[in-house]
Amino acid sequence: MSLLELVDLHTYFRTKRGVVKAVNGVSYRVEAGKTLGVVGESGSGKSVSAMSILRLLDGNGYIHSGKILFEGRDLTKIPMNEMYAIRGNEISVIFQEPMTSLNPVFTIQRQLQEVYRTHQRVSKKAAEEKAVQSLQDVRIPNPETVLRQYPHQLSGGMRQRIMIAMALACEPRVLIADEPTTALDVTIQAQILNLMRDLQTQRGTAILFITHDLGVIREMADSVAVMYCGEVVEMAPVAKIFGDRVISHPYTEGLLESIPRLDTEPGVRLEAIPGSVPHPLNLPKGCKFAPRCKFATPFCREQEPALEEVAPAHSIRCLYPDTEKRRKEIET
Amino acid sequence: MSEGSSALLAVRNLKKYFPLKRTSLRQKEQLYVRANDGISLDIKEGETFGLVGESGCGKSTFGRVLLQLYPQTEGETIYYGRRPEEFQPEYRKKAPSNEPGIDLTQLKPKEMRLLRRDLQLIFQDPYSSLNPRMTVGQIIGEGVLAHGMFTRRDPGFSEYIVAIMEQCGLSPYMFHRYPHQFSGGQRQRIGIARSLAVKPRFVVCDEAVSALDVSIQSQILNLLMDLKQEQKLTYLFISHDLSVVKYISDRIGVMYLGSLVELAASKDLFQEPLHPYTEALLSAIPTTDPQNNRKVILLEGDIPSPVRPPLGCKFHTRCPYATDICKTDPPEFVEAKPGHYSACHHIDRVGEKTRRVS
Repeated sequence: MSLLELVDLHTYFRTKRGVVKAVNGVSYRVEAGKTLGVVGESGSGKSVSAMSILRLLDGNGYIHSGKILFEGRDLTKIPMNEMYAIRGNEISVIFQEPMTSLNPVFTIQRQLQEVYRTHQRVSKKAAEEKAVQSLQDVRIPNPETVLRQYPHQLSGGMRQRIMIAMALACEPRVLIADEPTTALDVTIQAQILNLMRDLQTQRGTAILFITHDLGVIREMADSVAVMYCGEVVEMAPVAKIFGDRVISHPYTEGLLESIPRLDTEPGVRLEAIPGSVPHPLNLPKGCKFAPRCKFATPFCREQEPALEEVAPAHSIRCLYPDTEKRRKEIET
Repeated sequence: MSEGSSALLAVRNLKKYFPLKRTSLRQKEQLYVRANDGISLDIKEGETFGLVGESGCGKSTFGRVLLQLYPQTEGETIYYGRRPEEFQPEYRKKAPSNEPGIDLTQLKPKEMRLLRRDLQLIFQDPYSSLNPRMTVGQIIGEGVLAHGMFTRRDPGFSEYIVAIMEQCGLSPYMFHRYPHQFSGGQRQRIGIARSLAVKPRFVVCDEAVSALDVSIQSQILNLLMDLKQEQKLTYLFISHDLSVVKYISDRIGVMYLGSLVELAASKDLFQEPLHPYTEALLSAIPTTDPQNNRKVILLEGDIPSPVRPPLGCKFHTRCPYATDICKTDPPEFVEAKPGHYSACHHIDRVGEKTRRVS
């Protein structure tokens, strides 16, 4: 049994113009000590699927159907007070923006202690010691000084470390990292990724890593779920996504080809995916990627493909998962 | 820096200091944020010059100072795009010289305004850089009218705007729409169309693709390359994303704490970096290439404050090769290999930290 498993999750948002199906039948698993990377463009539902786990949805969002199994318990069914016990203690989140997720009017000390006081109900004294320890764990030099400072006095990298310290404070079993390094520079990003990797090996935390950066995914993840328009379009171990790509989803292929690699010759045109993500209230019929897919056939526009296992541990939502065959198909 | 085509812009010892508020009455010394501290470089006609560095290193400031959007504290910025015969600024009438370029720093605001037609900027954020109360047609047409290329009643005016829109991948029916009706990628196309509508010669792309999703980013990069070819543009491409910069640039400058630390042809820079900072930056880029197993150099700590930059070499506080000389003597920016400049005391040792693994 996996530590955390999403089974056919549907998360919808009520809006004035209709129901937006932000997550539309997503299933993935996170194993203890492993990292699942979730990639996709903005609006693909990658963050919403993860925030559904802890019910951190906006007021108009709700889980329509599906299961979220955490150690066999369905998190969609438990009452709110039990959810409070799980948040922070068992599953915690590192949010994307270290600038806005810390409270600007309280010191780091106060904000870190709050975590221990609310989730573990320890004394003020004990919370203070733990706060120092947790900053040392995330390799912040001179933690005593940092504790007395306010968020605006710290750099982006330091703030993100504090967010990680907070998220790991109660030694959660699962860590949801929602674009934790997107706002950071590459050198700082390398420091933070390295830190997360070390903490994972020490504590055996399972990480759900959400990002749009495929390079980061390759460095961090064990397996990858590629999302498009609220659905998982490809799920595979990391080596298969970035390897020879004998079988792959055209969207994954397009994403990989659209980033300039360091070995791309200058002047060679990038294989851009044409068009943009369809509006969530106006999704195309059939395969949702068909309007942007260069391999799309009339079948694709009629029939919605299912997520099928094409090889062990590798599933793809496409009628033509074989890259070679697909290429030949459009030539004829 | 004279081989190949001639320079379009020559920057000599450019400095930009932002004064800081005095924190107490007793504070005598005026402190400055040294955003750009003595940058010299040439941008050649028809090339794409890439500028990389971490946030806060002064790369965006440089782009703006170059266009004189911020007054330059010190140094010269010479523009060779117009002949002195056709554009005679006042300062040259006072003191005639045979210098073929125009020093932008000495121009009157009115004179600079005329030159803005040649020198354009594409902003990073396609959400905040477009006026929400103007239609796409008005946004793109504003500069065209301001520079007197057309008058509002000219029959060719709207046709011209539509032609520019089509060039930038926007359909004519979008003419009367407002920016909020567009996605990020399309807004960036509007921003590009606005800049190119006045037929500039030099465009600063300040993080022009950083806010976009990868699939859209590649569309915009392709567009920028096509437009450059068609209209013989020169770009200064500012970005923190090294793979993008490498892809689009002919030459690249690496900035750290307000100074240029390395400058080389794109290929040479990536093949053989000659500055420890460049080496660390390159090693830190996450790649999707499965064969790539290089060692990552983890730089300790953050970028120091540009108010009181470290003495000697500014990078010595984080440099894995630093020795005593680095703490006292600022290294000179020298041509270590043909066309490859670096400011480091230990150029011959750079590469040791990453070379071992390959």
